[in-house]
Amino acid sequence: MVTAHSIEEKKIWSVLETVTDPEVPVLTVTDLGIIRNVKINAEGIEVIITPTYTGCPAMDMIAMNIRLALVEQGYKKIKITSVLSPAWTTDWMSEEGKRKLKEYGIAPPNPKQQVCNDKLFAEAEAVQCPHCNSHHTHRISEFGSTACKALYQCDDCKEPFDYFKCH
Amino acid sequence: MSDFLINYILHLADTTLILSQRNSEWCGHGPILEQDIAVTNISLDLLGQSRNFYQYAASLIGEEATEDSLAYLRKEREFKNLLLVEQPNGDWGQTILRQYLYSQFQYLLFEKLQQCNDEQLAAIAAKSIKETTYHVRWSSEWVIRLGDGTEESHNRMLKAIDELWRYTGEMFEPAGYETIVDVSLLKNDWLQKVRSIFLEATLPVPEKVFMQSGGKEGKHTEHLGYILTQLQYMQRAYPGATW
Repeated sequence: MVTAHSIEEKKIWSVLETVTDPEVPVLTVTDLGIIRNVKINAEGIEVIITPTYTGCPAMDMIAMNIRLALVEQGYKKIKITSVLSPAWTTDWMSEEGKRKLKEYGIAPPNPKQQVCNDKLFAEAEAVQCPHCNSHHTHRISEFGSTACKALYQCDDCKEPFDYFKCH
Repeated sequence: MSDFLINYILHLADTTLILSQRNSEWCGHGPILEQDIAVTNISLDLLGQSRNFYQYAASLIGEEATEDSLAYLRKEREFKNLLLVEQPNGDWGQTILRQYLYSQFQYLLFEKLQQCNDEQLAAIAAKSIKETTYHVRWSSEWVIRLGDGTEESHNRMLKAIDELWRYTGEMFEPAGYETIVDVSLLKNDWLQKVRSIFLEATLPVPEKVFMQSGGKEGKHTEHLGYILTQLQYMQRAYPGATW
């Protein structure tokens, strides 16, 4: 049943779809899967978010940007709540988000994750180069420019690239 | 009970904060760029974990307490971190070993903590253990690489073990407030893991070492005071400063 409530909720989600990640500006917060819920009640609206990494410095800014986007649309009583459980995983990233990441030059998380086990000196996961699509790539560093990425290089086109690693 | 819980959370918060602070000292000084980024990434993960613990503690303490007041305005004797994490960085080998010994412990601890009855602690542990898995793997690989590397790197690891091993016993001696996870039960698993890594790294596991303790009760080595001087300087010099 379509109610005024659900129409309002849809409207809020569509506003959230315009808020982007400051570190990876092609991704919206909904692409990332960090919006866990939207609640409307007598006190106003509540947006429930979850951090990607516990130390992600972008989270405070993301929360502020969500608030600003909603204020711009005329919402007044806005509460943004951060929850930790269940813990965020790259599985929550949308297919659209993965496509946009690749276009942006960042290899999206592999559907079947191999690097997140605890095996030592494990062979680097075969990650497809986002530029030339080659699978001849190697890992340069398990840690990259932000907590969520590892650094790879393509052996064919030689371009270094970021890989949005599993989590 | 609530006091026990608050002290326990502060112990977890302080330990992750101080190790984060130590690792951050490498920023711009790592042996190569990728490893500089790795150790500071770990520092950031630990800082995130400590913020979660401090925020939770502040919510239980109430009144004026905030994550910032707990991190910036408590004195040395009020800090309950493990002695191990306040030890100086030394060379790269010593930093690696400190990280490995702690991460291996933290992994076992968070495995249990994520199943505890306190929902918030369980959530923080479940969230953090994903990061800890990465830390354990990275630091184990480095322990092996350096231990089983050149004569120089091997000798440096021996020195690091000599320096740090005495601070590992404290991890498994429960403080009065440490009732949620019985850390004494983690010792065997921890030793077994460390043994297997040290074996591969051709490093000896020391025996019969006198163990230092006191960090959990606020009795620290001389190093903590210096760390806090730097960490808390801004808030002490300019109370309430924000930017």
